Amino acid sequence: MKIGVPKEIHTGERRVATTPDVVSKLTKLGFDVVIETGAGMAANYADDAYGEAGCKIINSAQDVWAQSDIVLKVQAPEGDENTLLKSGQTLICFLWPAQNPEMLKDLTQRGITAIAIDSIPRISRAQKMDARSSMANISGYRAIVEAAQHFGRFFTGQITAAGRVAPAKVLVIGAGVAGLAAIGAAKSMGAIVRSFDTRAEVKEQIESMDAEFLMLNFKDEDGSGEGGYAKVMSDEFIEAEMALFAAQAKDVDIIVTTALIPGKPAPKLITSEMVASMKSGSVIVDLAAEQGGNCELTVPGKVAVCHGVSIIGYTDLPSRLAAQSSQLYSNNLYNLLAEMTPEKDGKLFVDMTNDVVLGATICTEGKTTWPPPAPTLSATPKKVAATPKPTVVEKKKSVFGPIIGAAIGALALLGLGGVAPADFMSHFTVFVLACFVGYMVIWSVSPALHTPLMSVTNAISSIIVIGALIQISSTDDTIKWFAVFTVLIASINIVGGFAVTHRMLKMFRK
Amino acid sequence: MISTGIVTVAYIAAMVLFILALNGLSNQETARKGNWYGISGMVIALLATVLGVVTNNYIELMIALLVGGSIGLLVAKRVQMTAIPELIAILHSLVGLAAIMVGYANFADASSHFTGIDLTIHDIETYVGVLIGAITLSGSITAFGKLSGRIGSKPLTLPGRHIFNLVLLVAVAWLGQQFVVQSAVGNGMLPLVIMIALALVFGVHMVMAIGGADMPVVISMLNSYSGWAAAATGFMLNNDLLIVIGALVGSSGAILSYIMCKAMNRNFLSVIAGGFGSSNVKALPVGDQEQGEVLTISATETAELLMSAKEVMIIPGYGMAVAKAQQIVSELTSKLREKDINVRFAIHPVAGRMPGQMNVLLAEAKVPYDIVFEMDEVNDDFPQVDVSLVIGANDIVNPSALDEPNSPIAGMPVLECWHGKASIVLKRSMATGYAGVQNPLFFKENTQMLFGDAKDTLVEVLAAL
Repeated sequence: MKIGVPKEIHTGERRVATTPDVVSKLTKLGFDVVIETGAGMAANYADDAYGEAGCKIINSAQDVWAQSDIVLKVQAPEGDENTLLKSGQTLICFLWPAQNPEMLKDLTQRGITAIAIDSIPRISRAQKMDARSSMANISGYRAIVEAAQHFGRFFTGQITAAGRVAPAKVLVIGAGVAGLAAIGAAKSMGAIVRSFDTRAEVKEQIESMDAEFLMLNFKDEDGSGEGGYAKVMSDEFIEAEMALFAAQAKDVDIIVTTALIPGKPAPKLITSEMVASMKSGSVIVDLAAEQGGNCELTVPGKVAVCHGVSIIGYTDLPSRLAAQSSQLYSNNLYNLLAEMTPEKDGKLFVDMTNDVVLGATICTEGKTTWPPPAPTLSATPKKVAATPKPTVVEKKKSVFGPIIGAAIGALALLGLGGVAPADFMSHFTVFVLACFVGYMVIWSVSPALHTPLMSVTNAISSIIVIGALIQISSTDDTIKWFAVFTVLIASINIVGGFAVTHRMLKMFRK
Repeated sequence: MISTGIVTVAYIAAMVLFILALNGLSNQETARKGNWYGISGMVIALLATVLGVVTNNYIELMIALLVGGSIGLLVAKRVQMTAIPELIAILHSLVGLAAIMVGYANFADASSHFTGIDLTIHDIETYVGVLIGAITLSGSITAFGKLSGRIGSKPLTLPGRHIFNLVLLVAVAWLGQQFVVQSAVGNGMLPLVIMIALALVFGVHMVMAIGGADMPVVISMLNSYSGWAAAATGFMLNNDLLIVIGALVGSSGAILSYIMCKAMNRNFLSVIAGGFGSSNVKALPVGDQEQGEVLTISATETAELLMSAKEVMIIPGYGMAVAKAQQIVSELTSKLREKDINVRFAIHPVAGRMPGQMNVLLAEAKVPYDIVFEMDEVNDDFPQVDVSLVIGANDIVNPSALDEPNSPIAGMPVLECWHGKASIVLKRSMATGYAGVQNPLFFKENTQMLFGDAKDTLVEVLAAL
């Protein structure tokens, strides 16, 4: 089947759905790939690179759409593209079916197989295809870069000859993928980072990145919703949360907000009073701008300056890091295509029994298949499903056990002492003492030398040869030859054991 | 001819030297010196015996010593380091055989003149020495067969094998009693020979019932037996040197068995009884629940990951020995160390087929021993490790040993590499390890699998560095 990659026509979109690396991987899956000329230009992927990767370059968008069985895009089709899309074609891109019911209806009626990369179910198996996560990661990183651009000071604290520079304080609200990426980026630039999230379970993740988790003095309420997202919280909780933000706003220099609740407008977390209370020159980066923004003063797509605070409302942060996001996005698409091409024969198979395909396919063969039945597995509830704590069964050691053992041992020894001749008892004394010496000496042997220990003990246990030496002078021929043979095998052991130990020990070096 | 007193003094010197030899093994620096102590002890003991006890047949003695010594030297020079467990097993069998021969010859020697209780004790000593010798002999040969792959490493679980062992035990005890009674009237050869046959069967059966990964325990145990056989022979011959050495070797092997059992969280008796996982644990449904996705990684990506790391921990297992990959591992290590990456090795006590086998293999490949660590030394460091490279190991890195109370390996101490930032597992396939337990490590988010023969894939990784 042929895969077509047209140039993105959405204003300001710099990403491309396939990079040259991925083209060669797709070819290995058996697909032919064609790309519109200049499609990767804005993301710094030249046509030549695509050509070298085995991709055909086509001059007009019409031809790309007309030739392909599968169209890979970033943004949903718009304008002319809608007319180019034809029945039976497969379209894979961001479609947001919940927000665009009209488009879903249209695609269904026209017999398109539409796969929304944003609807990949959030199960661990599908993480490698989750374009939302990979884009969120980029947004989080870019948010800090944008903040640094508008912030007039260092992030890191320094003590210089010209005076002390205080480190910047960054507050990240919402520690999802984007939030954690922002924490990581800010931290590595040297800022003091704090973070807040309604989901208590992310505390560990925040702390693992060396940031401070802001606790809310509030009765237990966990904001974990379905699929790893947050849910709407109670009024009291929100009140406490707002008080916390108001206090933090006065203190921090940069706020990054990433709070989103699926299917709802973004919650308003930063009020205009809080913005006014911030120090002049502070920066707010609102990653929820597309859904209306977490800050009351956000202007989506723009940088607004109010009360001396720059409020960044860009909605195209991934596109502002086009080369990186194209790379990750096209890998996500590749992983999805690989999942859907089990035979690696270049034939796409829409297998509706596959959880991932079922979740992402929003319409096929004239039928709407979205929303899919609720996913049964999610990363978070699985963790919550309490694994029974390994119960440590403490074995109560009976005090009588050792006492009885000792008593039996003592009786046996007494019995032995009673009947055995003195000669035997003196040998027995030697034996018991030697066992103790062995016990003490062997415990101090380094575990790394256990193999040489075994070969050397093997060599010295051949001291049994002395038994044969005592017998070898016997006048009885049978006994003599028995002894000779024993000397022979024991000497194999003596020389072999010592020699191999020597060889091994020679190898140990610093 | 030197006097008995001089011989005894020589024996005392030999004992001291042997103890010093074992003591020398407490660290790598003194170990070589220790081996020389051992050799000197042996030479002194042999010289004293030849000069003080032997009265004729010197030529046969010398020929036997020379022939045997040359064979031993040849074998020791030729043996591959990966084949050391087999070599040790076959050498143990020789000690067992020697114990039988000495015991039998001693009994057959009509010149002995014991009476009454002395005779009874002497007979029991002979009987016990021969018994342990026979078990050591056949057990070691079977272990040799298993280790060298001549016999399948799967445990042989005969129906009613415990009863069979018990019957053998009772028979051996009864024959012992018969032996003592008949010996008092100048007979006793028949019970002795039958007992040897039974003990040989017992040794074979015992080792056959034990699976491949329990081999460290078996080898240590046979090591221990060869010592007890020597000690029993010492009692029989009234020779303190043999008693002391036998006790030293016996307790050494016993301690090693104990260490190995503890490292697998298994009871010594249950290992010896054999057939791991056959009774109470099999009912568990293992590995059929959804485990998640396995992430694979290519050799080039592995190389990149290693290059970007600061702390690398390598966890070798028996698979490394099978693939003979230690040389490549060593080259990889030195390459990474040149780039100022801290590479360490973490050795689980039961990695491999005998105690300390991994250390020897790494030493052979010229990995410096001061970067090779025991499990307890490094297990707490994993959170700081950037990349753990697991080479041909499975059960020893299985997290279910810690958090799955029903797992067959629950409670076994394991290397907790999943606490590190990333783990790369080199493995031929997704097959389970010896314990037959699925390994949740492979499904963890920070674990990536590099499938293929360990040696071939590591060559690729090395090329990509």
